[in-house]
Amino acid sequence: MDFEFSEEQLAIRDTIRELVQDKVAPRAAEIDERAQYPKDIESLFAANGILSIPFPEEYGGISGSSVTICMGIEEIAKACTTSSLILAVQALGSYPILVAGTEEQKRRLCPPLASGEKVAAYALSETGSGSDAAAMKTRAKRYGDEYVLNGTKQFITHGSIAGTLVVFAQTDPEADHRGISAFVLEREKSPWQASKLEHKLGIRGSPTAQILFEDVRVPVANRLGEEGAGFKIALAVLDRSRPGIGAQALGIAEGAFEYALNYAKERNQFGQAIASFQGIQFMLADIATQIEAARNLVFRAATKVDAKAPDLTKVAAMAKLFASDMAMKVTTDCVQILGGYGYISDYPVERMMRDAKITQIYEGTNQIQRVVIARSLLR
Amino acid sequence: MNFDLTPQHEAFRASVRELAQGVAEPLAAEVDRDHRFPEEAVAAASSAGLMGVLIPQQYGGAGLDALAFTLCIEELAQACASTSVIIDVHTSVGSEPILLFGSEEQRRRWLPPLASGELLGAFALTEPAAGSDAASLKTSARRLGGDYVLNGTKVFITNIGRAGVYIVFARTGPDERAAGISAFIVPSDSPGLRVGQVFKKMGLNGSPTGELVLENVRVPADNRLGAEGQGFTVAMRALDSGRIGISGQALGIAQAAVDQARALLAGRPRAQGDDFTLADLATRVESARLLAYQAAWLCSRGRPFTREASMAKLHCTDTAMAVALDALQLAGEEGVLSGSPFERHVRDAKALQIYEGSNQIQRHVIARDLLR
Repeated sequence: MDFEFSEEQLAIRDTIRELVQDKVAPRAAEIDERAQYPKDIESLFAANGILSIPFPEEYGGISGSSVTICMGIEEIAKACTTSSLILAVQALGSYPILVAGTEEQKRRLCPPLASGEKVAAYALSETGSGSDAAAMKTRAKRYGDEYVLNGTKQFITHGSIAGTLVVFAQTDPEADHRGISAFVLEREKSPWQASKLEHKLGIRGSPTAQILFEDVRVPVANRLGEEGAGFKIALAVLDRSRPGIGAQALGIAEGAFEYALNYAKERNQFGQAIASFQGIQFMLADIATQIEAARNLVFRAATKVDAKAPDLTKVAAMAKLFASDMAMKVTTDCVQILGGYGYISDYPVERMMRDAKITQIYEGTNQIQRVVIARSLLR
Repeated sequence: MNFDLTPQHEAFRASVRELAQGVAEPLAAEVDRDHRFPEEAVAAASSAGLMGVLIPQQYGGAGLDALAFTLCIEELAQACASTSVIIDVHTSVGSEPILLFGSEEQRRRWLPPLASGELLGAFALTEPAAGSDAASLKTSARRLGGDYVLNGTKVFITNIGRAGVYIVFARTGPDERAAGISAFIVPSDSPGLRVGQVFKKMGLNGSPTGELVLENVRVPADNRLGAEGQGFTVAMRALDSGRIGISGQALGIAQAAVDQARALLAGRPRAQGDDFTLADLATRVESARLLAYQAAWLCSRGRPFTREASMAKLHCTDTAMAVALDALQLAGEEGVLSGSPFERHVRDAKALQIYEGSNQIQRHVIARDLLR
C-alpha cells in the first residue's frame, strides 16, 4: 500500500498548483460571470504541457496515467471547475482513441491533442437518449471509403470548440446497441455545426453544445474498432473517465472548504471567531472527513484504471458517486458557513456549489452509477 | 500510489478470516443471546497468535504492523463483534501502552503473557464523572514508600472480570488536569481490586463491560508506566491506535451487514430502490475502509496519524451504524427478529459511535487540528 503520489507526480502537481494560483484562480469569477470559454487558459495549459498529461510519451504526451490526470483535474478544480474541464474533456475525448484505436490511428490522431493544438470532445448523448445511451438515433451510413453521419447530439461539452470529436452513431439500427459504432471526426475534414449553446446553472464558462450532423463525411480510417463495437467502447471510456469526474468533485469541495475554513477563522460574531463555536467546528470536521474519504476512493479508482483491474467498473462508479454526492453536500455546507456572504457572487463558494451540481449528473448520473454498482454486486 | 494490500497482508487477512469464520462466526448469535464470553474464539485466537499481533517477536508476539492489526479486527468483527472488541481492547489500549511507554523490564515481564493470551489486557481510564473529559478523572494514586496506593472507581471497562491486567490511570500530582495523571500496570489479583457492577448492554453482549473498583490497591512503583504525570499522554497515544482498531471493527460489522443484505436481495424479486440502497451501502463501506487503512498505514510508517485516526473512527463507525440500519431495513421483518444478524449488527454498531472517544470527541479532535 502507498497512499502517496510519486515524486514525478508531485512535481507535476506543484507546477499545476502554481499555474492555477497565478493564472487560473484570478480568472475564475469572471469566467463564470461572463459564461465565456477561457481560451487563454486553454492556451496556458497547452503551453505548459497540461493537455499532454492524458497521453503516453509515444503519442506525444507526458504520462497517460489516470492517477496523474485525476491529480491535475483536482488541482485545477480547486480554483475553477470550468478550467478543470479543459483537461478532463481532453482526456474523455482521447480515451476512445487510446482504448480502441489502432496503432496508426493513435499515432495520427493523438499528437495534435497532446500538443494542445486541438481540443477533443466526446459525443454520446442525444435528446432522446441520455442514461439510455443505446437508444441513440444518429446514423452513420457507409458509402465506399466513407461514412455519412446524420443526427443530433445533445449536451456535448466543448462540442463547439473541439478540433477532434468522437461520435457514436448507429451503423445498424436494427441491431440496437450492437449496431453502434464510434468515429473520430477531425474538424478540418469533417466539419460539424454547433446548433445551440446551453445556458447553465454552473460550469458556465465551459461551452455545452448541441451538435448537428447533416451529411457529415468521415473516412472509414477514422472508425474506432469494428462496426458495432461502439457501445462497448463508450462504456469502457466511461469507466476510465469517471474517476476524473470524481477528482473534479473532490477539487471543487476542497476549494470551497479551504475558503470556508479560513472564513470561519476570521469572521467574528458574538465577540469571537465563528470557528470557536462547536456547531461550526463539527461541520468543519465532517467536511474534512468526507473529503478525505472521497479522495481515497477517487485515487484508488484511478490506480485501477492504470492497472486495468477487473473490478474497475464498480470501483470507478463508486468513486464518481461518492465524490460527487460529497461535493454537493460539502459546497452547500460551505455556503452555510459563510451565511449571507456565501450566497452572493462576491465570494466563490456559491459558484462552487453551482458547479458541484453537474458532477452528480454528467458522465452517467448518480442513479446510473448505482445501477452499475448494484449490478456488479448482485451479479 | 497503490491501494492494494501486500501479499503478506492478504495472506494474514485470509488466515484470520478462516479462524473468524470457522470459530467465531458460528458462536456469534449464541454469545449475543446468552451474554456469554466467547471462550472458544478467544482461545482459538490465542493459539493462532492473534493476541500479540502488535507485540514484537522478541517479546513473544507476531511483530506485525497497525495495518495487520486493523485487518485482524475487521475480520474478527465480520464474524462476531463481541469477539473483536475483546481482542481489540486487549491488543491496542490493553497491551500497546506497555510496548510504547514501558521500561525494558516491564516489557519483558508483561508482554509475553499478553502476546500468548495467557493474560488478557484491559484499559481503565473512564470514570463516572470523567468520560469525554478524561483529564478530570479522580482516581488517586498516593505514593507510599516503594508502592503506590490506588483508590477510585472506573466504569465502562471492556474485558472487566476477564482481564489479568489493567492499565489504570490515576492522579499522582497536585495538578488537577492532565499533568497530574500517571499510568499503572495493575494485576487483577491485586488485593483491594474488585469488579463492581457488570452492565447489561444493548449490544456487544459477549464482551463484559463494567466497573473496576480500587480500594487501597497497592502497586509497586515498578508498575508505573512512564513518568509521573505522563499518564494522559500514554492514554491519548493508546487511544490513537485504539481508534484504528475500532475503525476495523466498524468495517467488519458494516461488511457483514452488506454481505448479508446482498445475499438476501440476490435471492428475491427486488425493486430498484433496494438495488440503490445496496449500492450506497457498498460504496460507503469502501470509502470507510480506505480511510481506516490510510490511518493504519500512516501509523505503521511512524508518521503522525492522530487526525486520520479520528477521521477513520468517525467515518467508519457512523458508516457502520447507517449501514446496519439500512441493511436491517432491506431485510424487513425477518431482520428484526431476535437471532437475526441484522438486528444484532444495529445493536453492536451503536456502541462504536460512543466508545474509544465518542464521535463528538472525534469531531473535536479533527476540528482542533484543522484550526491549529
